[in-house]
Amino acid sequence: MKSNTLILRTAALAIMPLQLMFSVFLLLRGHDEPGGGFIGGLVAASAFVLYAFSFGVGSTRKLLRVSPKDLLAVGLLFGLASTIPSLLAGEAMLTAMWWQLPLPGEGYLKLSTVLVFDIGVYLAVLGTLMTFVIGLMES
Amino acid sequence: MLSIAIDVVYFMLSLALLFAFIRLTRGPSLPDRVVALELIASVVFGYVGVHAIDTGVSSFLDVAIVIALTAFLAAIGFARFVERGAKE
Repeated sequence: MKSNTLILRTAALAIMPLQLMFSVFLLLRGHDEPGGGFIGGLVAASAFVLYAFSFGVGSTRKLLRVSPKDLLAVGLLFGLASTIPSLLAGEAMLTAMWWQLPLPGEGYLKLSTVLVFDIGVYLAVLGTLMTFVIGLMES
Repeated sequence: MLSIAIDVVYFMLSLALLFAFIRLTRGPSLPDRVVALELIASVVFGYVGVHAIDTGVSSFLDVAIVIALTAFLAAIGFARFVERGAKE
């Protein structure tokens, strides 16, 4: 089940890294501006779907390295892990917690449980869609 | 001047959308419909780009990028479907 189109393969190799970079950009920007884990995961999944269309399912599995179901499970674990800091601090579950790490030079790196939750959503969406698509293409 | 140009472009894009929709509904063969769908996707991200200029919100350009990066997946999917349908 793989197509032998040279154009599609060459285009896929050029477009896929762009899509993956853009998905990470959307994920990291998501809290204050449009973006976030869900749309980032969708864009990343579409990159892998494009790869699956042009190179077949087997090589997509090799590229992902882990089973898409494991990605889904790890995403849910990330979502669960984002609730723990607020529980430890005695707040209500899923309260957003922020840390500011000083960077060398000026500026701070803002870390938050929101970001952890967003990464969880990203992995869960990616895992779900890849499970669907790989299952459909193998059937 | 720019606002007139934006209105004209909106009107022309709507016209293009209408014609593409007519081709989508009446298209005699499946490839015609696939090409019409692809044209509709192109017109939609044209809309989003013009809307970004209209409102000055640059985040809409990211929407246009996402649509442009993903819209052709539908065309590839249809192409595979047509290819396989011809074999079986």
